Amino acid sequence: MELYMSLAIGVLFTVGVYLVLTKSLLRIILGTSLLTHGVHLLLLTMSRLKTGAAPLLGQEADVYVDPLPQALILTSIVISFGVTSFFFVLAYKAYQKLGTDDMEQLRGKEDE
Amino acid sequence: MSLLHLVIILPFMFAVVSPFLHKMAQRIHTGWLILPASVFMFIYFLGRLPQVQDGERVTSSVPWIPSLGVDFTVYLDGLGLLFALLITGIGSLVILYSIFYMNKTKEAIGMFYLYLLLFMGAMLGVVLSDNLIVLYGFWELTSISSFLLIAFWYQREKSRYGALKSMLITVFGGLAMLGGFVMLYLMTGTFSIREIIGNAASMTDHSLFVPAMLLVLLGAFTKSAQFPFHIWLPDAMEAPTPVSAYLHSATMVKAGLYLVARFSPVFAGEAGWFWLVSATGIVTLTYGSYRALKQTDLKSMLAFSTISQLGLIMSLLGLGSAAAVYSGTSESLFYVKATMAGIFHLINHAVFKGALFMVAGIVDHETGTRDIRKLGGLMSVMPVTFSIAVIGTFSMAGLPPFNGFLSKEMFFTAVLNIMEMDVFHMQFLGVIFPVIAWVASIFTFVYSMLLLFKTFTGKKQFEKLEKKPHEAPLGMLLPPVVLASLAVVFGLFPNLLSYTLIEPAMAAIHPTMLLPGQQFDAAIHIWHGWTTEIFMTIGVIAFGVVLFKLHHRLKVLNQPLFSGMTLNKTYDGGLSMLDRGAKGLTDRYMTGSIRHYLIYIFIFLIVSIAVTMGSSANIRFDFSAFAPMSLYEAVIIFALIVPVIAVPFARSRMMAIILTGTAGYMVTLFFVIFRAPDLALTQMIVETVSVTLFLLCFYHLPKLKKEIVALRFKLSNFIIALGVGVVMTLIALSASSSRSFESISKFFIEESYNLAGGKNIVNVILVDFRGFDTMLEIVVLGIASYGIYALIRLKLPGEQESAGAGYWESGSKLPINGIKSNDVILQTISKVVIFIILTFSLYLFFSGHHEPGGGFIGALMTAAAFVLLAMAFGIKTIREVIPIDFRRVSAAGILVALLTGIGSFVFDAPFLSHAFGYFPLPLLGQTELATALLFDLGVYLTVVGITMTIILAIGRDN
Repeated sequence: MELYMSLAIGVLFTVGVYLVLTKSLLRIILGTSLLTHGVHLLLLTMSRLKTGAAPLLGQEADVYVDPLPQALILTSIVISFGVTSFFFVLAYKAYQKLGTDDMEQLRGKEDE
Repeated sequence: MSLLHLVIILPFMFAVVSPFLHKMAQRIHTGWLILPASVFMFIYFLGRLPQVQDGERVTSSVPWIPSLGVDFTVYLDGLGLLFALLITGIGSLVILYSIFYMNKTKEAIGMFYLYLLLFMGAMLGVVLSDNLIVLYGFWELTSISSFLLIAFWYQREKSRYGALKSMLITVFGGLAMLGGFVMLYLMTGTFSIREIIGNAASMTDHSLFVPAMLLVLLGAFTKSAQFPFHIWLPDAMEAPTPVSAYLHSATMVKAGLYLVARFSPVFAGEAGWFWLVSATGIVTLTYGSYRALKQTDLKSMLAFSTISQLGLIMSLLGLGSAAAVYSGTSESLFYVKATMAGIFHLINHAVFKGALFMVAGIVDHETGTRDIRKLGGLMSVMPVTFSIAVIGTFSMAGLPPFNGFLSKEMFFTAVLNIMEMDVFHMQFLGVIFPVIAWVASIFTFVYSMLLLFKTFTGKKQFEKLEKKPHEAPLGMLLPPVVLASLAVVFGLFPNLLSYTLIEPAMAAIHPTMLLPGQQFDAAIHIWHGWTTEIFMTIGVIAFGVVLFKLHHRLKVLNQPLFSGMTLNKTYDGGLSMLDRGAKGLTDRYMTGSIRHYLIYIFIFLIVSIAVTMGSSANIRFDFSAFAPMSLYEAVIIFALIVPVIAVPFARSRMMAIILTGTAGYMVTLFFVIFRAPDLALTQMIVETVSVTLFLLCFYHLPKLKKEIVALRFKLSNFIIALGVGVVMTLIALSASSSRSFESISKFFIEESYNLAGGKNIVNVILVDFRGFDTMLEIVVLGIASYGIYALIRLKLPGEQESAGAGYWESGSKLPINGIKSNDVILQTISKVVIFIILTFSLYLFFSGHHEPGGGFIGALMTAAAFVLLAMAFGIKTIREVIPIDFRRVSAAGILVALLTGIGSFVFDAPFLSHAFGYFPLPLLGQTELATALLFDLGVYLTVVGITMTIILAIGRDN
């Protein structure tokens, strides 16, 4: 399972990075979303998969899965929600005010 | 902490308050308030004289960074005391002088005294610190305060240029010096100067000995404006004249001399030290005096004169170091005379040059110019100033009966003595020294006379002056009169200084030469008989007078020797080349393209991780313990990968967004499979809300919602992307197959219920164990939401301000063809469903401590309900149904969370400590109440507020 998950993570990162390197602002935002998914799965996979019950003591199991990555990921999901929303609005406003979402045209000019 | 520490700190304390003093007491010149402090310090140091004379050393230490051997150790010996007296004595006079020089209403004198006192404290720190690192800190502080003072009239371009130049050169030297200090530390294992001197004998064979010496000398030469680093000093004359008199003549430029004197016990006896110090000094002496001849500006003349005199003292210190070679023999006392002459001249120079700078300041102040071509005949209108100038210039020229005459004679003695040396090739080269010294003395004589007679005698040409000249006010005359009197007193009674100041300082420079209880012979005699020295002086006067008379006709003296100032050109050219080089280099990689920046980051990531993995022995791949995979899971992986790969190929925005969303939902499924119910819930809601946001943002922008330009395949991008992907796969594999140490998670699993009373471990980690992280996390979210709010309200310059339509007043309504639905079915169902979702969200919130859920999830669920409301009925309806400013909700949430955390202080517990207990409640029975729930409420409110702020802000904008 971990092997295949690792490969899936690789795919998520590859496509995410590729999108981030393109010129279109929308694709960059989508790329960051995919990168976020990749990171979440990476964190989860790092602590081994399916090693025990869900981290709820009510389950009264002998072994639980590692709760720490889950706490990290939960934080990350919420933060990335904030960041993604900000990106959306940034892209939307940039298009509305400047008429383009091409990063090459949005490049910083000399002495700015 | 001793009184000595306090005396060093005192100027800093006054520095801090001086701008306030200026503000509060506008009617009194701030200088009057500062002066007592400076005088007090001078008196304090005077009071230490007998003590130091008796060979007592004041020392005290305050630990600073003991582990690195850095302590604020102060040490007062003869050398330190001599400088401390100069700093506070001349400092007091300069402050008095500045009271009349600096106009209290026109100039920013609060800042002026801040910088001046900053310098005074720093300079005292330099000469009284025993620790090299502390000394270095003070040393750089003098450079910085000098920079600030030179640029005091920063409106002038020349002031800024001069300030920058002095800063660059002296700080460059300071940095070199620091390198030297570190090497000294490496050799001796201590930063204490006294301990280093104690170990001096064992260092001479060390391979770092010579480099350390060169670096320390570099610091000394740049600071003391020795050739070829002198170029900053003439430009430093842009500073107000009191500053020039104080920093750039009497004290700061002598810090280099101090350093050389201080390190003489370590390096003296080394041929390189002897040659470098004495040769650099004598070259600087000659060059400076020659250049001073050609100046037409009074202060420039004095600047080059200062350079030249510093060279003189430097060369004397160099010649004096020869004594160490003959250490233990009677010859050593013969060469020590040079050191004595150096110290004596150091005092004399401070006295007469201080007076002359003040004279130049008076002339400038009263006539409006310093150009000797415009000046002349001032003798009759400014008799007192003229008298001071006579004493100052005659002393500088080395004429009796002034103090300069005596030290000039001693200088001649020292260079004549040196001819008898038989080491360091001096038997062949020794004769050069007296010759150069004699020539330089003639130049000195001539420029001194030019300075005096061009200004005060000759034709009156007052019509060329900006002001009608008259004598300066008494307060301005007093300080130079004091200095001029000293020049006479020291000239007539030199032995006032011999055993009080000069001998203790010599003892500090040559600590090993004397047996305990012995003293150097420091008696100074005014008349030695018809010696070679007196004939040299007569020769200087004779040739000098001739040269002075012929000055006009000798072309070589009036025209530049080289084409322009070559050294300055090198400096300017080098600086602009550095500027252009740096800009060129930066422009090459700072392209303004985000893609380039990301490429740097990704390549660094790939390379650093690949190298680490390749070289580390701990990276293993072991697939044996991996969990098995069912067909069902294989399908989900497939369902994740396919849409992800399809995203770059999507031809419409909508398609790309939906594909990304699909990937997100698949990740949610993985969370379910991998036993992470909290994550699954959160991810699902976030994904839903995100897609809604996407739609809100992009759907109704007609050009944006449709086609996008097909992505052209870029191999370079793909290679980088693939590299990152491969590296990440490898990390995932190696991390999951080997573990170098035990996870800390065991603690959370075991203690979650015992310590925090919660059964949902993830929730407990968030609100209790790592509550502080969560606290900051919601703050970050809050910042993001305000950022969005600000972006939405953004108006580009030139755009019209929409007429006062506030957030709520304008009414938020999505356009007809927006996402507001006309679907009756949706409207009918959602009326019911919204309440179900809201109830569920409350359940999630309250059950979070034990079951999946919690503040985050509950809040997102609540927000989802509102989003549904917005989709069904339009955003305006939300405003009518829930008339709350959600920004306030999020602020209230952060406040609740913060107060919960602070509440633990009441119980004397650390920030964000939680408590819980079980209480019998009516209806509910035995119920657990935990403060963690209160904190979670804060999280809940914040996240609801933020999410709704974002959605409403975007919705409203349409």
